[in-house]
Amino acid sequence: MSDLKIVGTSVPRKDAMEKVTGAAEFIEDRYMGPMLYAKMKKSTVVHGRILSIKTEKAEKHPGVKAILTGKDYPNMIGLYLIDRTFLAVDKVRFWGEPVAVVAATSEKAAAEAVDLIEVEYEELPGVFDPREGIKPDAPVIHENLGNYEIVPIFYPTPGTNIANHFKIRKGDIEKGFDQADHVLEKEYYVPQMQHVPIETHKAAVQWSPDGKLTVWSTAQSPNVVRQLLAKSLDLPMHKIRVISSYIGGGFGCKAGASIEGLLVPIAQKYPGHIIRIVFDREEDMQGTFTRQALFSKLRTGYTKDGRITALQYEMIWDGGAYTEYGVNIVRAAGYSSTGAYDIPNVKTDSYCVYTNNSIGGPVRGFGMCEMQWGIERQIEEIAKQLEMDPLEVRLKNGMKRGSTTASGQVVQDVDYEKCLKVVADKIGWGKKESGKDGKLRGKGIAGLVKCPAQPSNAASSAIIRINEDGTAHVMVGATEMGQGMLTVISQIASEALHIPVDKIDIKVPDTDFTPYEWQSVGSRITYTCGTSVKRAAEDALGQIYRIAADLLEVPQEDLSYDGKKVYSTRDPDIKATIREIADSCKKCTGEGIAGPIIGRGSFVPTNMTNLDPETGQGNPGLFYCFGATGVEVEVDPETGVIEVIQLASSIDAGKAINPQLAKVQLHGGTIMGLSTALYEEVRFDKGIMLNRNFTDYKIATFDNVPHMDSFIVETPETKGPYGARGIGEQPMIGVAPAVANAVSDALGVEFNSFPLTPEKVWRALKDKK
Amino acid sequence: MRDKKIIKFTVNGNSEEREAVVGETLLKFIRDELNLTGTKSGCEIGECGACTVLLDGKPVNSCLVLAVELDGKDLLTIEGLSKNGELDRLQQAFIDHAAFQCGYCTPGMIMAARSLLERNANPNDDEINEALSGNLCRCGAYQEIRDAVKDSAKK
Repeated sequence: MSDLKIVGTSVPRKDAMEKVTGAAEFIEDRYMGPMLYAKMKKSTVVHGRILSIKTEKAEKHPGVKAILTGKDYPNMIGLYLIDRTFLAVDKVRFWGEPVAVVAATSEKAAAEAVDLIEVEYEELPGVFDPREGIKPDAPVIHENLGNYEIVPIFYPTPGTNIANHFKIRKGDIEKGFDQADHVLEKEYYVPQMQHVPIETHKAAVQWSPDGKLTVWSTAQSPNVVRQLLAKSLDLPMHKIRVISSYIGGGFGCKAGASIEGLLVPIAQKYPGHIIRIVFDREEDMQGTFTRQALFSKLRTGYTKDGRITALQYEMIWDGGAYTEYGVNIVRAAGYSSTGAYDIPNVKTDSYCVYTNNSIGGPVRGFGMCEMQWGIERQIEEIAKQLEMDPLEVRLKNGMKRGSTTASGQVVQDVDYEKCLKVVADKIGWGKKESGKDGKLRGKGIAGLVKCPAQPSNAASSAIIRINEDGTAHVMVGATEMGQGMLTVISQIASEALHIPVDKIDIKVPDTDFTPYEWQSVGSRITYTCGTSVKRAAEDALGQIYRIAADLLEVPQEDLSYDGKKVYSTRDPDIKATIREIADSCKKCTGEGIAGPIIGRGSFVPTNMTNLDPETGQGNPGLFYCFGATGVEVEVDPETGVIEVIQLASSIDAGKAINPQLAKVQLHGGTIMGLSTALYEEVRFDKGIMLNRNFTDYKIATFDNVPHMDSFIVETPETKGPYGARGIGEQPMIGVAPAVANAVSDALGVEFNSFPLTPEKVWRALKDKK
Repeated sequence: MRDKKIIKFTVNGNSEEREAVVGETLLKFIRDELNLTGTKSGCEIGECGACTVLLDGKPVNSCLVLAVELDGKDLLTIEGLSKNGELDRLQQAFIDHAAFQCGYCTPGMIMAARSLLERNANPNDDEINEALSGNLCRCGAYQEIRDAVKDSAKK
């Protein structure tokens, strides 16, 4: 693959000009037509029966066009466990749950009318801690759990709050603990966090008089929105069109379907009008997916030379009020529950538990940050108990080519060792620095791994149209939320077709015109969409050769193509330009040879399998991406304030299609990880979210972000396009444990939860004394 | 009906006279009345910086300024930076350094950075951090933005 020309180069982003000039169109920037504006009436109790909703006053408010309640619109929606309606029906299950929606001629009128709606509730006892919710006598939040439609890879317990119980039984756990010289058992906690993309959730819908629904949405996955709406509304797919714009950050919160279906009945009442909803910052924080909190118990058996022989992991996840998507995070964390380590005997129980907190759902890492926090902290502890170098314990147990995951899947294209060593070298591992002014220095390292969490048949497709002048349009269903899809996919098409990147046009998807892509989630697009595009390009290339062979009367095997012309390798003067071939090619006699060239490619995984319901054994991973984080900190023992002195991150991209964009992704994920390590925690008071804005919920900004060093490791992914695999989510995973390991190294205290706020650090030190 | 007031101002070098609704924010006026949708809304309470524009050369969160305050002032938005299709050098530096991902905070970020460069032709990392700390980028392009600002200052 050394002769690659475009793949592996840092061409500028395809969306660069639009994004630096303000021309990039996000959904709220579109002029759409005659509009109505929607606002939600939200629940003021965390768990309660709806006794009455009085809308009369609101209906009379000037400008109000329609009001919708759950009784009028009880349709259900969900991706994996269909437990949710667009508007609460009979019962509310979290604070801020939408109970009614108003559409009016202005946002102001809609907001005023919302205040005029009166809702009466009968409050019910709530569940705010999943460890309480899992108990047999806990108040039941979903009485109908046993009747919900569900993908049969999830295992709820009707009559309880357990929405999914995923099990791993690998090897022989008793034997594993027997072989151990030591056993370590600890509890860990990871709180909820929020994605807070700077662009909030937004959607608009239009119903045409001929019964077609058009949806504009910030969704990461237009095809899944279409699929779920078709099911929920009982509409055929050709009657639903979902249009994407640039997305102002996703990080998982815009996965699946969220608010798109909320306004459909109002649109049906006003055909031709566009009904739009824009979540404000508070609604975005409180009403959309949060990262599920995790309470876990980890028990590890290990030998005196540092080899882990057994791992028993119990995870109790706070699924929140609805777990339609969250059940799959619980599953993914379960089947990956040894992290980046090869452990022969494993027993894992991962529970998704309903509570009356905000809805849990996908966030960058998809369970891996939370689950691997425990693993990486425990390995550090093991090293300390054995007085061994924590890096050595990681290397000794780390996955290698041929290792098996918790689910027994064999990993192939792995160089975890290199990922660890590059960051260790960078931060000067093994050399203890002394701090200034009584401050204490420490170094920490953590590893990471993640595979995309997707159904085993999650598919992808691509179409490439060659224009008459030899330029091309690449059409895919992947979305652009900043990750660089447009650029990377263009580069793959360019490499395969020999057409320069600047002669390739690519747009964000529109389900009426772009082909199917399951979802832009899980760091899967470079691999799945990349493979489809490569295949589409090869298909188009095949057509170019076939047409040229006919035109030039030269056998295909004697032809070569340089991106501009096809020529005979025996006589280079026998040639045809790409324009001649692409523009409804004809012979010199005038007889036509071929019409326009349209390449098509599709992809579905063939290496994934179902998992055994009792043991969790099988192949859930499309590919596994490894990496590591290294951190040096300086801690002020007087205040507990942590300063990050060095931050190094590595990721095994297989092949970086665009090294500059890969590094930017690596930096971005590392910063998000750092932000959660130090600052981020959604706080609830009996289900009421307390920090619902950027003042109360702090995320990292310029002055919190140190210089970073990043390393792209390239161990080719055998089946990935040009050896590539996805890396978008992964860099976040190792940061929190690496920071905690470094602080622990500096202070000699342990941390079982993050964020490591000054208060938490100071208290830990105080307790030690 | 809500009160309206006639305001006169310049926007991106052009003189304008418009009606503004009293009580409406400058952000809404820029987006809905002037149709300059490059300026983004992220929080509407002055926390994220996505709506940063320059008012008489000073960076403001346009969500915290009333439209009527524009009267008699000079407004510069992201759309006013490139001239005849030629990018401003700061915009070019953002492209060269890939100093954004989703691009939603980018217009506000570029306006805030431009204001910094007008005050300080050669800012160091600390000065950039301080000047831009009110502009949030969840994609985390902070390091690349610092590099872009410094690079643009050099030229």
